[in-house]
Amino acid sequence: MQYPDAPDLTSSPLSRILLDPSQIDRMIRRMAHEILERNQGVRDLYLIGILKGGGILAERLASIICAIEGASVPLGTVDITLYRDDLSSKPSPPFLKKSALPEPVDLKRVVLVDDVLFTGRSVRSAMDLLMDLGRPSRVQLAVLIDRGHRELPIRADFVGKNLPTSRDETVQVSLETGQEHVSLHRKG
Amino acid sequence: MNDSLRTSNLLTIGDLSPEEMEGIFRTADSFLDLSSRTVKKVPSLRGKTLVNLFYEPSTRTRTSFEIAAKRLSADVINISTSQSSVVKGESLLDTVLTIEALGADGVVIRHPSSGVPEWISRRVQCHVINAGDGLHEHPTQALLDLYTIQKRKGRLEGLTVAIVGDILHSRVARSNILAMTRMGIAVRLVGPPTLIPKYLGDWKVDVFHDLREGVRNCDVVMTLRLQLERATASFIPSLKEYAKLYGISPAVLKEAHPDVLVLHPGPINRGIEIQDEESFREHSGILDQVHFGVGIRMAVLYLLMAGGSKGE
Amino acid sequence: MIMSDMSDGTSFFLKNVRLVDPAHGLDEDGDLQVEQGRVVSYGSIALPKDGRIPVLDGTGCIVTPGLVDVHAHFREPGFEYKETIETGSRSAVAGGFTSVCVMANTDPVNDHPGVTLDIIRKAQDIGLCRVFPIGAVSLGLKGETLTEMGALTQAGCVGFSDDGYPVKTSRLLRRALEYSAIFKRPVIDHCEDRDLSDGGVMNEGWVATELGLRGIPNASEEVIVARDLEVLKTTNGRLHVAHLSTAGGVRLLREAKKRHLNVTAETCPHYFALTDEAVRCHHADAKMNPPLRSEEDRLAIIEGLRDGTIDMIATDHAPHAPFEKEREFDQAPFGIIGLETALSLGLVLVQEGVLDLGTLLYLMSVRPARVFGLPRGEIRPGGLADLVVFEPTGFMEAGVPEFRSRSRNSPFRGRKLPGRIRMTFVGGRKVFDCGEGKR
Repeated sequence: MQYPDAPDLTSSPLSRILLDPSQIDRMIRRMAHEILERNQGVRDLYLIGILKGGGILAERLASIICAIEGASVPLGTVDITLYRDDLSSKPSPPFLKKSALPEPVDLKRVVLVDDVLFTGRSVRSAMDLLMDLGRPSRVQLAVLIDRGHRELPIRADFVGKNLPTSRDETVQVSLETGQEHVSLHRKG
Repeated sequence: MNDSLRTSNLLTIGDLSPEEMEGIFRTADSFLDLSSRTVKKVPSLRGKTLVNLFYEPSTRTRTSFEIAAKRLSADVINISTSQSSVVKGESLLDTVLTIEALGADGVVIRHPSSGVPEWISRRVQCHVINAGDGLHEHPTQALLDLYTIQKRKGRLEGLTVAIVGDILHSRVARSNILAMTRMGIAVRLVGPPTLIPKYLGDWKVDVFHDLREGVRNCDVVMTLRLQLERATASFIPSLKEYAKLYGISPAVLKEAHPDVLVLHPGPINRGIEIQDEESFREHSGILDQVHFGVGIRMAVLYLLMAGGSKGE
Repeated sequence: MIMSDMSDGTSFFLKNVRLVDPAHGLDEDGDLQVEQGRVVSYGSIALPKDGRIPVLDGTGCIVTPGLVDVHAHFREPGFEYKETIETGSRSAVAGGFTSVCVMANTDPVNDHPGVTLDIIRKAQDIGLCRVFPIGAVSLGLKGETLTEMGALTQAGCVGFSDDGYPVKTSRLLRRALEYSAIFKRPVIDHCEDRDLSDGGVMNEGWVATELGLRGIPNASEEVIVARDLEVLKTTNGRLHVAHLSTAGGVRLLREAKKRHLNVTAETCPHYFALTDEAVRCHHADAKMNPPLRSEEDRLAIIEGLRDGTIDMIATDHAPHAPFEKEREFDQAPFGIIGLETALSLGLVLVQEGVLDLGTLLYLMSVRPARVFGLPRGEIRPGGLADLVVFEPTGFMEAGVPEFRSRSRNSPFRGRKLPGRIRMTFVGGRKVFDCGEGKR
């Protein structure tokens, strides 16, 4: 499916670029505003990116929020590998990435941040992890792309863009500065 | 770069490439963070069963593996010589096959005969982890030693380490020699000729019989446990003479790098391998070794066992 | 192969074969006629027309005197689960051996004529290879009291050995050498300083360092070889050094022979075929005593065979049940089986050009028979028809199902080795045919 507002940067019939840097930037700004609005400011707000895709997005959101409010928001990352339910379907599990949580999550309004929301299993893992870390007062979910196909009763609070996809496609998000793009790949 | 281990067993340190060792260290970093949490457990080995099969008495290694496995939510069963069927004359192979048939996903084995973990691994499907075999190897000890060095020194490559004592009978030394040389550390072996193997083959090591000369300018001094029965078997004339010639004391450490790190796999014979420990406490990495041991063993168990079963 | 059954079973005509008898430098193509267990004639001879005796076709094969092994363990009495005289005999003839000396470390130990007679009677009943017991040097192999060597000799012992152990003390060795001289029987010593071996389980060297296994130094053998030679000098006895494995041992033997000491020596195929590297992959199937040594030792052993320092090749066939070998390396017993791979391993040396075929066969039949005074086949009119027919260009697959031995403990298992034994004859009677009776 072709989006009318997507620039035609197709490099191969199997992969299409759907969003360009300026579109992505506008989406992230909107999400930052929504987060602030819903939480009525930065008080007790805690952005936690789910590694690996949510890390940079959480950073971007935090810096925009800081620019808007003039106050910084604590920013953390979590590696959910240990909480995944599909480890045993792989022959060998990956080395772990370093989680970084500058302060405890207790009594915070945590916003979990991820790039793509798909089956919901990563978010489930991240929530289990959060519960093991402490007792946040509220947990919300922010994703850049919601591509559907949920397997668990999970819904995002803040969505950059809903992107209908088929199961055999993959969505790739790159938030490298200046090179931001979202692309859709079909399995060859 | 590999992002996981190629091996499904840890039998010798030779199973691991430098990249894999670094991957284990990175993974261990994450696990060490766990110990500061209220909930110190993660569910990655939930539903898996690990058997600690110890044919030699050991408190530290067994406990370390047990804590590591439990923090990963595995079920742990400890079998040690006194309670195992060895007494009843059941063969080692039968014991291991029985354990596997009972549904163990992994076996951590310590055995006085060299080569046992390797031999067992060729006959079972479950993961086999060597927790020390005879005079052969003790790979997780070498990993935690290197990890301790890296944490304390900030690097491995380019360091000089003196391994002091009974190299001949030490599996800790064997694993460390292989691991350290692989990571770009210069290794010196220090001890009496009776306790250093005569044939050093491919080992890129320098041998010293004089302790002060051996530790000179070393970044790390790793002293080994001396089995007290070595004196009766004439490897050394007496513990007293050994302590005098090869015991690590503040005076000896003056020869080493001012910021020298002292390691010992434990348990220590105080007054023999190490004297006046109080006076060089800031140089000692011994408690770090114990602490990091859990993180390293969690990393190893996770990386070997969190995936699908070996046969798949 | 054509068989006719009108004979007493000890006569046959073997046509189109290569005849090799190293005892008198025979190596020619032709036929061989055997009647009633004796060679009648050989060379270009006419096929008997009357169909009186079976005619066998030896195309592509060599016929040579049956192999003689002066060092095997048949384990009976006492360890029948490892091997019996019957399975050992089957293994021997399958390997081309027609005479085998069996060691005394049975249970009960062969330190009493009753045991000797029992072994001989059983072997005769089985009627495959000729079996010659070796008596113990000391009662119960304990290294304390001499056995009744006179009675043992009378019963049929052809030599004396505490094999498995060295003759324990220099004093006992001296007495044994002096006393056995009465009966002109050699004392065979397993040369090992147990104290120096110090619980070692493989060769002391780099491989042992790497595997973390306790080493047995070369000196462990050399010290006792040296001791034995010096003790021998003071006696009129005959010393035979068993399973020589070290370069130092070869050097000591070479010097002793220059001094004309009454000494002979054997080595085993594994000492010229393998080094301690084999322990890495074959585990307890590569564990024997003396252990597999270094490449330097292996080459010295081959040189010893070439220059006659080592008189013969023996197998040290030492069967152990799978459950004994399938265990911790340091707990597994020493020893490997060797009767069925010996000739093939020797042929490897021939292929490599380090030994000629005549010398190999001399080392495996003529020389051991002479040293131990055993019957042997001879390809000459009137010669005993203890013969082996083998196909030098054939192959054998070491291991099951080829092995006739009750045990399987061979580091060569799974290897394809040159040479295939086609038939073995003892006293003209066919005791082995590769075409029949797979186990």
